[in-house]
Amino acid sequence: MIKLPEKPLRPFQSRTEEIVFLLLIGMVILLPCLNGMLQEGQAFHVTGFQLGVWGKYLCFAVLAMSLNMLWGYTGLLCLGQCLFFALGGYAFGMHLMLMIGELGAYKSQLPDFMVFLGYTELPTHWRPFYSPTFAILAAMWVPGLVALIFGFLAFRSRIKGVYFAILTQALTYAAALLFFRNDFTFGGNNGFTDFKYILGADIREESTTRGLFIASGILLLLVYMFISWLLTTKFGKIQEAIRDSENRVRFSGYSTTHFKLFIFVVSAIIAGMAGALYVPQAGIINPGEMWPTKGLDIVVWVALGGRGTKFGPIIGAVLVNMLKSWATRAYPESWLIILGTIFVLVVLFMPNGIMGLLQNLRAKYWPKGPERGTGEDDETAEDAPVRNET
Amino acid sequence: MKPTNPKSSDLVLSVQGVSKAFDGFKAIDDLSFYLGEGELRTVIGPNGAGKSTFMDLITGRTRPDEGTILFHHDDGRDMDLTRMKEYQVNRLGIARKFQTPSVYANHTVFDNLLLSLDRSRSLVRALFYKPSAEDLEEIDEVLKTIRLTERRDEMAGNLSHGQKQWLEIGMLVAQNPRILLVDEPVAGMSDEETERTGELLLSLEGKHSIVVVEHDMEFVRQIARRVTVLHQGRVLKEGNFDFVASDEEVIQVYLGRQKHEEVA
Repeated sequence: MIKLPEKPLRPFQSRTEEIVFLLLIGMVILLPCLNGMLQEGQAFHVTGFQLGVWGKYLCFAVLAMSLNMLWGYTGLLCLGQCLFFALGGYAFGMHLMLMIGELGAYKSQLPDFMVFLGYTELPTHWRPFYSPTFAILAAMWVPGLVALIFGFLAFRSRIKGVYFAILTQALTYAAALLFFRNDFTFGGNNGFTDFKYILGADIREESTTRGLFIASGILLLLVYMFISWLLTTKFGKIQEAIRDSENRVRFSGYSTTHFKLFIFVVSAIIAGMAGALYVPQAGIINPGEMWPTKGLDIVVWVALGGRGTKFGPIIGAVLVNMLKSWATRAYPESWLIILGTIFVLVVLFMPNGIMGLLQNLRAKYWPKGPERGTGEDDETAEDAPVRNET
Repeated sequence: MKPTNPKSSDLVLSVQGVSKAFDGFKAIDDLSFYLGEGELRTVIGPNGAGKSTFMDLITGRTRPDEGTILFHHDDGRDMDLTRMKEYQVNRLGIARKFQTPSVYANHTVFDNLLLSLDRSRSLVRALFYKPSAEDLEEIDEVLKTIRLTERRDEMAGNLSHGQKQWLEIGMLVAQNPRILLVDEPVAGMSDEETERTGELLLSLEGKHSIVVVEHDMEFVRQIARRVTVLHQGRVLKEGNFDFVASDEEVIQVYLGRQKHEEVA
């Protein structure tokens, strides 16, 4: 049995959390410095490639945090979180496509795939995407709007639990099929690629890589602080109350529909922002990103790291993706089997993921927490553990 | 939601000619029920008599096929509950306790009560809510009533079954409701806990109108003032405990079956 925290939540619940957060800030500053200020071949030099990989990990971590908001803290398992991520990616990708200008293979103002498909002029809905501001905002409101409409219909009809999960999976599947179509004007199964410039900078320059890494890091820190703040408010407490006993909340005078809808939309917007930053770093976005298996991947990250904990999703996303980078090279055939095995093992032996495991160890070896002091900082666990149920 | 007639004497709730069928089965059949201000009413009835459906109808969880359910508001208006959502019914001042204890296991006892107070329940206000001194006082008051003051900072999930039930009753009281609907509060409780639950409910009498649905006849005897017997979705008899308990018809449909166990 995990020891439950005894104090109401505060922005940072414990000194440990403050330290880890400072370490995160340090990492966001340090890695680009090691890349930019040291020469190639020097000790501790971080190559542009490595930095780019870590930038993508940070985006995945934000994506995992957005799912954790829903699944970990509100009890809504969404298998379509990849859709919001991809929509954000597509929205910003459209801008990047237009920024290629005449440097494409066909030397046309139009994106290559449009020339290939015989377009003579840019479709109307593409035009506003010349503006980077519009594209960035679209990466937020498009996923938000999709979540709003879908969530409104689902929550109003009291769809929850497994049924909600399956519907979100169906939604992302349907969207993927739609995006696979050439006549949907988003590049069909090839999607967008071959980006050249982002906000005037050459996308292949290492300074651009550094900029994108820092942007991803800042997004992660901001999202972390936002989620932490939310958890300290009455809203955050209601969020967790919905997870534990939705009927009680509804019969205490709260419209749980409104609360769930709000969280769903916010989580979709966060996922969209992560997607928008991911695409220039990955250099490609295609409908594969919204394929249902991608949605399941995110669930595995969160489950491995620790559902309903603050750092769990970050740890899970980074660890699984590091493992993936290594295993897809070392054992390309068996990568999926490795991932599946991890998930089964986590479900069987670590129901609260790595964070749960750490909390258990801590409770065992420092029963009252190592930093017992004024009483104010007296914490025994980082986060309220989640009971092992969906 | 439109005003119909001036406040009908001192009633808080009028259920008139309500019916509800599920797949042809009449769970509630032309039921009428009136609840007075500050009254403690006990509703009994065999399984399938429609007790839970009755509560669902009042709280907006289920819509009746016909009939009206009126809540007589303080300000003299009569509100039709059959058109409202659960949270709207609740905000009028109708609180409901479920059969199985429904508390927020991962929140402290204090937070459970804090979330139940009847304020800042809209989304935006919940984001910026700060408990006032008055709120804290009110929570302390409720903690005393349900005798959980010492366990204030304990996670609700760590409470015993009986304490969870009391906490949930406390959560209803914190809503400051006019009507308390309490569904089988003593199921699974020890004799001592049952008795304390009875005392708790009796202490609330007069401050709120209370409807208790219960199976346990010993408990009903302890708290009973006026008893309504439901049978096949209708009110079979209504009166004080001794009147109801000695009624032939009631004994036949209900008590008769239980009496063997009860007496033994």
